[in-house]
Amino acid sequence: MNPSTIASPALFSVDGLVGVVFLIMVAITLIGGLIACNSDRLVRSVAGLIVCFVGVAGIYYFLNSPFVAMMQILIYVGAVAVTISFAIMLAAPEEKKKIGITGPLAGPLGFGTAALLAGGFAVLALQTDWPVQAKINDGSVKQIGIQLLTDYSMVFELVSIVLLIAILGALVIARDGREGQ
Amino acid sequence: MRLTLINVVIAVVAAIAFAALNAAYLVWAERRGAARIQRRPGPNINGPFGLLQPPLDGIKLMAKQLTIPGGADKAMFIAAPILAMFPAIMSFVTIPFSDTIVAKNMNVGILMIFAFASMGGMSLVFAGWSSRNKYAMMSSVRAVSQAVAYEIPMLITTITVVMITGSMDLMEIVRQQSGSILHWNIFPVLGNSHNLLMPFSFLIFFTCTLAETNRAPFDLGEAESELVAGFHTEYGSMGFGLFFMGEYANIVVGSCLTTILFLGGWNCPFGLFPGVWWFILKLYLLIGTFIWIRWTFPRTTIYGLLNLSWKILIPLSLFNLLFTAGLLKVF
Repeated sequence: MNPSTIASPALFSVDGLVGVVFLIMVAITLIGGLIACNSDRLVRSVAGLIVCFVGVAGIYYFLNSPFVAMMQILIYVGAVAVTISFAIMLAAPEEKKKIGITGPLAGPLGFGTAALLAGGFAVLALQTDWPVQAKINDGSVKQIGIQLLTDYSMVFELVSIVLLIAILGALVIARDGREGQ
Repeated sequence: MRLTLINVVIAVVAAIAFAALNAAYLVWAERRGAARIQRRPGPNINGPFGLLQPPLDGIKLMAKQLTIPGGADKAMFIAAPILAMFPAIMSFVTIPFSDTIVAKNMNVGILMIFAFASMGGMSLVFAGWSSRNKYAMMSSVRAVSQAVAYEIPMLITTITVVMITGSMDLMEIVRQQSGSILHWNIFPVLGNSHNLLMPFSFLIFFTCTLAETNRAPFDLGEAESELVAGFHTEYGSMGFGLFFMGEYANIVVGSCLTTILFLGGWNCPFGLFPGVWWFILKLYLLIGTFIWIRWTFPRTTIYGLLNLSWKILIPLSLFNLLFTAGLLKVF
């Protein structure tokens, strides 16, 4: 929910316009996500994914974190999406296969999971009182570096573990493919 | 509030005008430059020195029919040329032309330019894929592998510069290079860096800019002798025009970035009269070099292109990064 609608300010006040901008970002993210999930062509899904990433980057920028926003675009749009589209181009020249609804996760179970997640997040969002955080630092490289290696070093290390797992997964998949031939 | 809104509008209009005018007139400059190197006159009929050629070309392109091939993915076919042009325009928002002429200076200026530049690569993918044309498809596969390969050394070299200056703020980077020509980042010993390898960083960066903007000798994406016209084979009318303008706008952004990171931005070589004119002068010297290189060197092969990046530029730039880090620790 948009926090500014709770106090419901006038639409053309500063808070109201800020809320509109936030809603636009959310809409872009949601529309991108819907395109990514529902299109029958893989490249279109990638396009939807990019729209979604840009929307999320917009929310980061809106939340006063330009560094994270730019990193989001640079890494997810510039690297991840490009790599995905590269993989699609190498893998499937005829992309017109409509992938039907299959698998045990697709039917009621999928809906249940989605409902559980959405409901959980909604309850969490409504029960948290959102304090307005003060700006922690000036967002310069030095400050970000110091913060990353002191206060947030745990997060930093966790990210590298995620990357390590991704690399290991890629290796495992690649090995399987080689033995299959 | 009102004043800042007006400022924003003026800045946006100025950025679009600057990008579009440059894109249009660089086509003219390129054709004149090519003609000069090939010993022929080039476009010189319309207006003095043929200066009316770009607007006439624009009118011609806009008057043409925009054809969309039968099997094409319509939405993405139309989106691709727009996506080619808009990241370049976005980048102009944060480029400082002098210490007063900047639309919005950001703490993360470099990051923003790279973020939007990386979106440009997607336009080639979309164009190539949505055209339903084998040549266009092959071209976009090439373009993607090229973009991925050259973004890495470019970013590593930029990190080297950021380590030396300790800031991603483009204005701060230029400010640190003020004083005299010897303080520019390209020069090794007397600058901020004390790094002997800075000229090589500059070369790596410039080579990567050439490759990232799909310019000859790295224009494998549109190799007209192999792939008809590459990703824009199926584009006519202003769709083609937008791809062309996007390419030149990207060249301008790349040259601006090179000027700021290595050549001291708006600083004068002798410490006199710093100002926007020095920036413009350096910018157009670099763009002239772009055109000069294009019409001098033959196109490389795709293997040569990828080998140059993965086997030479990336190891070199990584070594450069470590060396710079070591030097910064010592001094």
